[in-house]
Amino acid sequence: MLNSFLTIKDILAGYKRREFSSKEVFDLCYKNISKSEGRIGAFVTLLDREGLKLSRNSIPVGHKDIFSTKNIETTASSNILKGYKPPYDASTVKRLSDKNFVCIGKLNCDAFAHGATGENSDMKVTKNPYDLTRTPGGSSCGPAAAVASGFVLMATATDTGGSIRLPSSFTNTVGIKPTYGRVSRYGVIAMTSSTDSIGHITRTVWDNAYVLGITAGFDPKDATSSHREVDDYLDTIEQGILGLKVGVPREYLENIPANIKDRFYESIKLLEGLGAKVVDVSLPSTKYAINAYYIITPSEISSNLARFDGIRFGGTRNKFGGEAKRRIMMGTFSLSAGYYDEYYLKAQKARTLIIEDFKNAFEKVDVLVTPVSPILPPKLNSIIKDTLKTYMMDVLTVPVSIAGVPSLSVPGGFIDDEGKKLPFGIQLIGNYFNEKLLYRIGYALEQETRYYETTPAI
Amino acid sequence: MKQHQQYEPVIGLEIHIQLNTKSKMFCSCSNNIWKEEPNSITCPTCLGLPGALPVPNKEAIKKCQLLGLVLNCSINKVSKFDRKNYFYPDLPKGYQISQYDKPLCSNGYVVVDDSKIRIRRVHLEEDTGKSIHTKDGTLLDYNKSGVPLAEVVTDPDIETAEEAATFARKVRELAISAGVSNGDMEKGNMRFEANVSMRKVSEKSLPNYRVEIKNINSFKFLKNAIEFEIERQREGLLAGRKLVQETRGWNEAERKTFSQRSKEFENDYRYFPEPDIPPMEFGNDYIEDLKKSLALANVDPVIEKVQKGTSSAEPVRKQYTLDDKGELSKVALKVICENPKAVNDYKTGKKEALKFLVGCIMYKTSGEADPKVSLGIIKTLLAK
Repeated sequence: MLNSFLTIKDILAGYKRREFSSKEVFDLCYKNISKSEGRIGAFVTLLDREGLKLSRNSIPVGHKDIFSTKNIETTASSNILKGYKPPYDASTVKRLSDKNFVCIGKLNCDAFAHGATGENSDMKVTKNPYDLTRTPGGSSCGPAAAVASGFVLMATATDTGGSIRLPSSFTNTVGIKPTYGRVSRYGVIAMTSSTDSIGHITRTVWDNAYVLGITAGFDPKDATSSHREVDDYLDTIEQGILGLKVGVPREYLENIPANIKDRFYESIKLLEGLGAKVVDVSLPSTKYAINAYYIITPSEISSNLARFDGIRFGGTRNKFGGEAKRRIMMGTFSLSAGYYDEYYLKAQKARTLIIEDFKNAFEKVDVLVTPVSPILPPKLNSIIKDTLKTYMMDVLTVPVSIAGVPSLSVPGGFIDDEGKKLPFGIQLIGNYFNEKLLYRIGYALEQETRYYETTPAI
Repeated sequence: MKQHQQYEPVIGLEIHIQLNTKSKMFCSCSNNIWKEEPNSITCPTCLGLPGALPVPNKEAIKKCQLLGLVLNCSINKVSKFDRKNYFYPDLPKGYQISQYDKPLCSNGYVVVDDSKIRIRRVHLEEDTGKSIHTKDGTLLDYNKSGVPLAEVVTDPDIETAEEAATFARKVRELAISAGVSNGDMEKGNMRFEANVSMRKVSEKSLPNYRVEIKNINSFKFLKNAIEFEIERQREGLLAGRKLVQETRGWNEAERKTFSQRSKEFENDYRYFPEPDIPPMEFGNDYIEDLKKSLALANVDPVIEKVQKGTSSAEPVRKQYTLDDKGELSKVALKVICENPKAVNDYKTGKKEALKFLVGCIMYKTSGEADPKVSLGIIKTLLAK
């Protein structure tokens, strides 16, 4: 009998030993979906179980709805793209399908990935499996909720300012935002081309490392993808962290509520217990990150969304939701003649300072460790009306995005709030292309805590 | 008559030249689109589909730089692409990938009938699709979307309509001789925009307005349009009217320009660096190789004719200023010393090595050496 909450590692081993078939694995996922999807709302498109072509080693995967999937509707959860079926697969989708990952559906997100709660989706509201009255975080609400609920073994997602890490943190899952350029962006509907990072969400660190080994690597179709050779993310994962230098950037702990801070320092103590040396570091330009991000991001968005002009596909521009319109207007303003220097150029200068901060820090330490979110998963319909508050949910994840360094969100335990145990995540930030080290540290923590075994009661 | 001489035209040109690359500017679609079924030569990238990305075509970059070289430009070591944002149905992404403040080539010139027309820049961009207006509506053909276009921008050094047309013809010849464009006017390989304004003969500064005439596709129309515009502006100024900054079109049937857009409606293109394409850097070696390849290309037809004994024609339309045998022998000796492999190749029967050595002489003399004379000298020296 299969456990309801599988991992990729488990099923790969099971397939190898012929303990169960891929049919049984897919049946189980579809059983979980039929039991709970009505309450969770992770999928915008769910493919018919009977239509799937399975092989002996197939693994069920869901793609965030901004990944182009050939002949499968791809809307970016925006009404403007309703009915659009791409004639091609995103490079990541292709790489995964070549390695036995079979797509069972498309997952909800904030429209065009603009948001931190999933509530900007034009399609539906996704609920947090650990408390159905709360958001699973955004913009990758569907991918995080689907993985946490056992609907899929892995979900692809994108992280432009925190869109993988935040929902991973809110759903007790593992989310990677790889180094900018490590995974091809080809075929993923662009939000902010200069910070869009293609990653994924899994239940465990091992699974996450396994998948990056497939998706990472140069793509001739993406001029910003790196030629650098892809590391073996699994060969040192069990090596432990004895002697590693862990930096805690003090700016990230300012304004963090006590309940989150206390649990965060428990993880830091755990790292010390495992042999790491913890040091205090400073990243003084952190304070400019959110401001710079909300200039650069809307600027690129205003241009990237220009192609949705209602001529070749999709609806007219009045189908854009409120947040897309807001970002188009802000971005158009900051790129306009007479304002460019004052806004866009200044933001790019701030970006240089933030990059310098990380470079300096990584001369002193191997990894930086911070909380992922300054708050616990908010109640649905609570924060979304306050745009600035929503933007501030990304305050701890945006600097990483602006600098382009990799970051892994791993479960940091649960915090009691109104009688519910709510997940919260730890962010491990590495130097450029050092995802391998993040997995090693994440794995060491996970082996100690095994939080992933605490599955939601849905 | 006397009054007429009070004003003189100030003319600058922008010339768009389609490059004859194998594939399009940012995708692997064929660049051979002539008379193909509408929208049959397209892909997610040149259709601007969501998620598709541009990858710059190295051949197009190189050909734009070669064009810059034959127009006496310097090749910039650092260059980048930018987005030019505007809405038009034949522009599928809502922006054109072009170059703003760091073009591939800058500061060139072309000599036309003893006057030097300065070239401000030569940059690379992508062509748009084609709108076909019918009585039932506008049809769109995206085959042309993403065709590589070099844009040559002059300083306002041109003084007459005739000179503008002569200059444009010369640019076409140079582009063809460098092998970067087919220069086929029928197929729309070249398109012109003329900036025309008038100033008092005694004045040196530029006028405070400028009229841009867009979308001209032949040398004849270029000349006619500028001629008309000069007269229109002259009449206006003489009648005491204030001329305004505007964009005008050319109607060849009626032989007049017509206003399309005045300054207050001027587009703000909101240029910013194209985030999908990293900035480009070109090393000295790369630029030197470009120059050498150009010298070789220029020398090839000369040598063929010399060898066939039909060298009387002027095959590369160029005046070589250096034909002094003593001077050339010094350069030739140096080239022989520096290229022992080519010398050996020649001596073992590889005749093509001669072309290479002559190319080296051309290169060392910045293309001024007379290839015929150089060939003779090399042959004599190697026979010793």
